[in-house]
Amino acid sequence: MGNKVLLIEDEPNIIEAISFILSRDGMEVKTHSNGVDAVEVVGREAPDMLILDVMLPGRSGYDILSDLRADAATAALPVLMLTARGQTRDREMAERLGASRYMTKPFSNADVLQAVRDLVTT
Amino acid sequence: MAENDVTESAITGARIRERRIAAGIRQAELAERAGISASYLNLIEHNRRRIGGRILLRIAAVLGVEPTLLTRGAAAGLVAGLREAAVDMPEDAPDRAKPEEFAERFPEWAGLLLRTRGKVDALERAVRTLTDRLAHDPNLAERLHEVLSVVTAIRSTASILVDTPELERDWQRRFHRNINEDSARLAEGAEALVRYLDAAPDDAEVILSPQDELDAFLEAHGYHFPALEDGTERDVLAVLAAADHLTSDAARNLAELQLMHYLRDARRLPLADLEAALAALGPDPLALAARCGVSPGLAFRRLAALPTETAGELGYALCDGSGVLVMRRPVAGFSLPRLSGGCPIWPLYAALAQPGTPLRLRVAQVGPDRRVFTASAFSEVSTQTGYNQPPPRRAYMLLVPAAAPAAAASPVTAETDAEAPIELGVTCRVCTRASCAARREPSILREEF
Repeated sequence: MGNKVLLIEDEPNIIEAISFILSRDGMEVKTHSNGVDAVEVVGREAPDMLILDVMLPGRSGYDILSDLRADAATAALPVLMLTARGQTRDREMAERLGASRYMTKPFSNADVLQAVRDLVTT
Repeated sequence: MAENDVTESAITGARIRERRIAAGIRQAELAERAGISASYLNLIEHNRRRIGGRILLRIAAVLGVEPTLLTRGAAAGLVAGLREAAVDMPEDAPDRAKPEEFAERFPEWAGLLLRTRGKVDALERAVRTLTDRLAHDPNLAERLHEVLSVVTAIRSTASILVDTPELERDWQRRFHRNINEDSARLAEGAEALVRYLDAAPDDAEVILSPQDELDAFLEAHGYHFPALEDGTERDVLAVLAAADHLTSDAARNLAELQLMHYLRDARRLPLADLEAALAALGPDPLALAARCGVSPGLAFRRLAALPTETAGELGYALCDGSGVLVMRRPVAGFSLPRLSGGCPIWPLYAALAQPGTPLRLRVAQVGPDRRVFTASAFSEVSTQTGYNQPPPRRAYMLLVPAAAPAAAASPVTAETDAEAPIELGVTCRVCTRASCAARREPSILREEF
């Protein structure tokens, strides 16, 4: 099995589509759809990289990222942020909190796949 | 054979083969029932013979499908639509050869995608007119986020269907079901969003700020208060007491201030005098001011407070020294942002920079509902300030549809009617006007959608 990717996203059909394209590319995909216990799930799954939606039920993706960066075990985990908010301040916020990449919805499958490939090999 | 013919023929042949296999019919059997030789059918299926006419009809009859389903013609409209979609988003467009294949193999889904695209276009129009709510209304931001998420799911799923050549049947069914579900959600979301943006001003759910409440209150009264035309402060309080649209204290205070100004203005320029001057001169604020012996600013304000049946259709905007619109009277064909600053090249702002200089220009706002207006603008500096206090300034803009009969009565308008209108925007975030030196930020319509 290839690299392990954890996808935290609350839109079920986005989960299914991204899981499909990453699995076909040989990756092991784990999914979670809630913000509340996302940090614990990251700790438990220990993925090679994380795809994290910003607007999640229970807790913002920014808060989750902030916690992950504050923990030595996940401080260097590659994180791809997904969001429907394309404003400059959102991108700056993601960069300031330590996101490795930032992608605005609606994105293309090819872009997501390429970003994940780049991040798991860095 | 032209390139298009090759593509068309190839797709028809492949389509026949695909349908035959799906129906479980052997090549020889189909050939026999269609009255042609197996070797000839083989050539057709492998795109080495063109097909049309009676043979196509017989093959379609044996396969139990509409003949057009086997030809490219049925999908031509879909293909054209898909190509347009690809032109709109060139960076994300899939392989150029794919639209034909997608439309031929999944015509219903291609149609669904195009209808979805139509709904997105409708959303863009709605966003264009009321975009300034985006940054200020968390409820709206959440609804838009939901719509974009569903669009993302549809786009991602559709790409898988197109780009995965050997997709297993179970996955196909699953992704088709997902697109179907998501398109239904998108339709509901788009309709809810349009309803939300188009909601009547008396819909409490969309009243967001004291200024919004004041706007709704003024609109509900048609910007005209007969009781205050010859009234007193007591009449102001009576109007406020009967107001359903003013729920917050802040909005009530704003409205009271506005109505007190109305009362003073009505005393300085009585309705009868204004109506008589209007009948003679048309909605020309400068000419009316001169005729009635009042300041141009007062003439602008009084015109903006006339009922439509008296003044005809007109729009009005009042901004303070910062350029923020503090009063708006919307008119069809000219959007006035609710919260953000307007287009920097509006005559309103040109007037703001030249207090005391009246301006009159023919203008049109870019967008689907383009309409030509005569825009009059004027700015004045308040003299009611204390020592060492910067005097507040404000600017007025009156918009009269260029074709309105009332406008033709104005000699000033008649002089300028032949000129081409100046193209204006709404606000930079939703403006598609190219090469504008005054642009302060990119347009979201091209960048974000």
